[in-house]
Amino acid sequence: MEELVNLFHGFAVALQPYNMMLMIIGITLGVIIGVLPGLGGANGVAILLPLTFSMPPTSAIIMLSCIYWGALFGGAITSILFNIPGEPWSVATTFDGYPMAQQGRPGEALTAAFTSSFVGALFAVIMITLVAPLVAGFALRFGPAEKFAVYFLAFCSFVGLSKEPPFKTIAAMMMGFALAAVGLDSITGQLRLTFGVTELLNGFDFLIAVIGLFGIGEILLTMEEGLAFRGGNASINLRVVLQTWRGLPAYWMTSLRSCLIGCWMGVTPAGATPASFMSYGIAKRLARRGNNFGKGEIEGVIAPETAAHAAGTSALLPMLSLGVPGSPTAAVLLGGLLIWGLQPGPMLFVEQKEFVWGLIASMYLGNLAGLIVVLTCVPIFAAILRVPFGIIAPLILVLCAIGAYSVHNSTFDVMLMLVFGVLGYLLKKCNYPLAPLVLAIVLGDKAEEAFRQSLLGSQGSLGVFFSNGLVSTIMALGLVALFWSAIQEGYSRLRTSLA
Amino acid sequence: MKPFVLNVALAAIAMSCANSVASRAAWEPVRPVEFIVPAGTGGGADQMARTIQGIVTKHNLMKQPLVVINKAGGAGGEGFLDVKTSSGNPHKIIITLSNLFTTPLATGIPFNWKDLSPVAMLALDEFVLWVNAEKPYNSVKDYVDAAKKAPSGSFKMGGTGSKQEDQIITVGIEKVIDAKFTYIPYKGGGEVAVQLVGNHVDSTVNNPIEAVAQWRGGKLRPLCVFDAQPMAYDEPIADGKAWKDIPTCKSQGLAMEYLMLRGIFMSPKATKDQIEYYVELFKKVRATPEWQEFMKSGAFNTTFLTGADYAKWIEAEEKRHEVLMKEAGFLASGN
Repeated sequence: MEELVNLFHGFAVALQPYNMMLMIIGITLGVIIGVLPGLGGANGVAILLPLTFSMPPTSAIIMLSCIYWGALFGGAITSILFNIPGEPWSVATTFDGYPMAQQGRPGEALTAAFTSSFVGALFAVIMITLVAPLVAGFALRFGPAEKFAVYFLAFCSFVGLSKEPPFKTIAAMMMGFALAAVGLDSITGQLRLTFGVTELLNGFDFLIAVIGLFGIGEILLTMEEGLAFRGGNASINLRVVLQTWRGLPAYWMTSLRSCLIGCWMGVTPAGATPASFMSYGIAKRLARRGNNFGKGEIEGVIAPETAAHAAGTSALLPMLSLGVPGSPTAAVLLGGLLIWGLQPGPMLFVEQKEFVWGLIASMYLGNLAGLIVVLTCVPIFAAILRVPFGIIAPLILVLCAIGAYSVHNSTFDVMLMLVFGVLGYLLKKCNYPLAPLVLAIVLGDKAEEAFRQSLLGSQGSLGVFFSNGLVSTIMALGLVALFWSAIQEGYSRLRTSLA
Repeated sequence: MKPFVLNVALAAIAMSCANSVASRAAWEPVRPVEFIVPAGTGGGADQMARTIQGIVTKHNLMKQPLVVINKAGGAGGEGFLDVKTSSGNPHKIIITLSNLFTTPLATGIPFNWKDLSPVAMLALDEFVLWVNAEKPYNSVKDYVDAAKKAPSGSFKMGGTGSKQEDQIITVGIEKVIDAKFTYIPYKGGGEVAVQLVGNHVDSTVNNPIEAVAQWRGGKLRPLCVFDAQPMAYDEPIADGKAWKDIPTCKSQGLAMEYLMLRGIFMSPKATKDQIEYYVELFKKVRATPEWQEFMKSGAFNTTFLTGADYAKWIEAEEKRHEVLMKEAGFLASGN
């Protein structure tokens, strides 16, 4: 009950006109940042952080978190329209969002994405409100072995639940692991696979790879197929929003499942990226029209978006209560907290009540404001696809190049992006799935690090992955997911032989 | 008429000389200044750089903007090489941590601090030995006894990065107390502290700012500080104890000292006036209440050095790192 009183007090703080104004400004800035690939939420928040130093801490965090929400919403726009995910967790949104846009249903895809984001985030905020103190402790149980188990589950659910030939999926994934291994080996502190090239010190950044593989690769494919975006006949009025909404409640099961996956993955420090991939993989298996996934199925947009935002939002909980940022953006926000003299940690909820509940209230309001802002703009975004390919393609190329450059301010990255573009084109022509490759680049080094940390701790014994109930359960789930097809086949054979 | 023309010309020349002298004496940035952080977002160096950026913006200390850029690749090697190759560009400064010494030694990248122009030492970061508050180690002696009694390698020390400051200290402790730890590297200091709270490691050597929240929350216990004197801050943090009340490790029979440089360097071939400009800038930053608050929150050692004193300090510290890293077997092959 005390939580509710605190929350209403928080609403009173967040609803002051000055804070409301900051909220709208933040959302708008965030959407702009999210639309530009490469200039993701972390960079955007970092650039705008100094703007907020003259504000009171509560107002400042409201504005910054609204920029963050805005960027999250904005990231879905380029994923759906141009197949260029701006953030790791938007990758899964492209699988069905982009085909939908190509079939002339960009408005529907955008509406579904925005609404699902809102639902996922709302679910997570409600969870934060109700069980904040309880859940915070859960993250503490996650050591390296548990973290590895979560990544293992993400990889397995992708291989086992995918409809692609498993060996092509594994081949693509291995290529991703190899790319993820380049750079500094964080366990021994030595460089590997850089061959003395100083530009490779940093390894292959996920964003460069994705902009190339998806963005450039897609343009090459489109050029081959006759210089046309097929989204030209997109309907551009607000009615499409209402029509889509009418259809959405039918997918409540997918939504709920994705919310739960998202919250769980957000509170464990695994984060939004595995959440979105896992949710997509599971939806693909369990949905009635799962066979159509990848060809423009609305459920394939709902599942990853809901999970990603539920995870992204609930990830703020470990940041506030433990001081561990779950994402680069959260890390920059954490820096902001320290500058305002707020020390995240177990005492923040006790000592800075007004701030914490002001922030939580602003999550409710910021999300709502964000949804309204982006939904009213759906027709405008959808209309972008009506621009002739000859004009839009060079613009996308320029956007991609700027995005790739701004990740590390390096022209080498732009070249790298082009190389990845060609690679993406070739892989697509040979029918290798790109998603496992990207998944492995994003999570490969994290999984490796967690694996080796666990083995260091257990002095080399693999038993550490089955050493307690939590880690054993996650590992077992992973194995089930990996061999799901075999299990299903065995089950149906058993049933026919019994019948 | 002629002498008059000549005079005017001479006067003009003299004035332009005076002008150029004056403008050289007061060099100022003419474009935005890049502030390179050779570490990721959210870490200690990053927090300090962003605090400085905030202070400079809030108090209007520079006419040009100061832009923080993270170049964390290769344990910071990316950032150092970037500044090294921007010779003669006075619009680029870098904040360093101990990876100034450890990264070139451990990875063999072609870089040495002498490639850069030293500006100023802003502060020194302390290291504290932490254990989980549930554990029965109330003093360094309890801790050392437990570490010695545990089977070799089963006592786990968590730390930031590999072959960097935390691991150097760990090897130092091993030598002093003659025990063998297993060192587990993590990405960031905050994560290390949480792993200790969750009992996934047995102890850490976190910087004060990384662990203070958990100390206040009653989850962690500080045992000693790796400095020659106790820290200066006497405001109570937890259980009526202040930073000042943490004894030095040396006084508790654990003879190991280590402090980490938080210093500023700029691109190679910087002129005296350019260095002078940044020294003055950081003097102004240090005078602000925000900076003092930041120093207090992280219990920093606020030693400030410039010029020859600074260079001498770095030189001694470089030698020390070479010895420490060599003894620990951390040098890259071919170094």
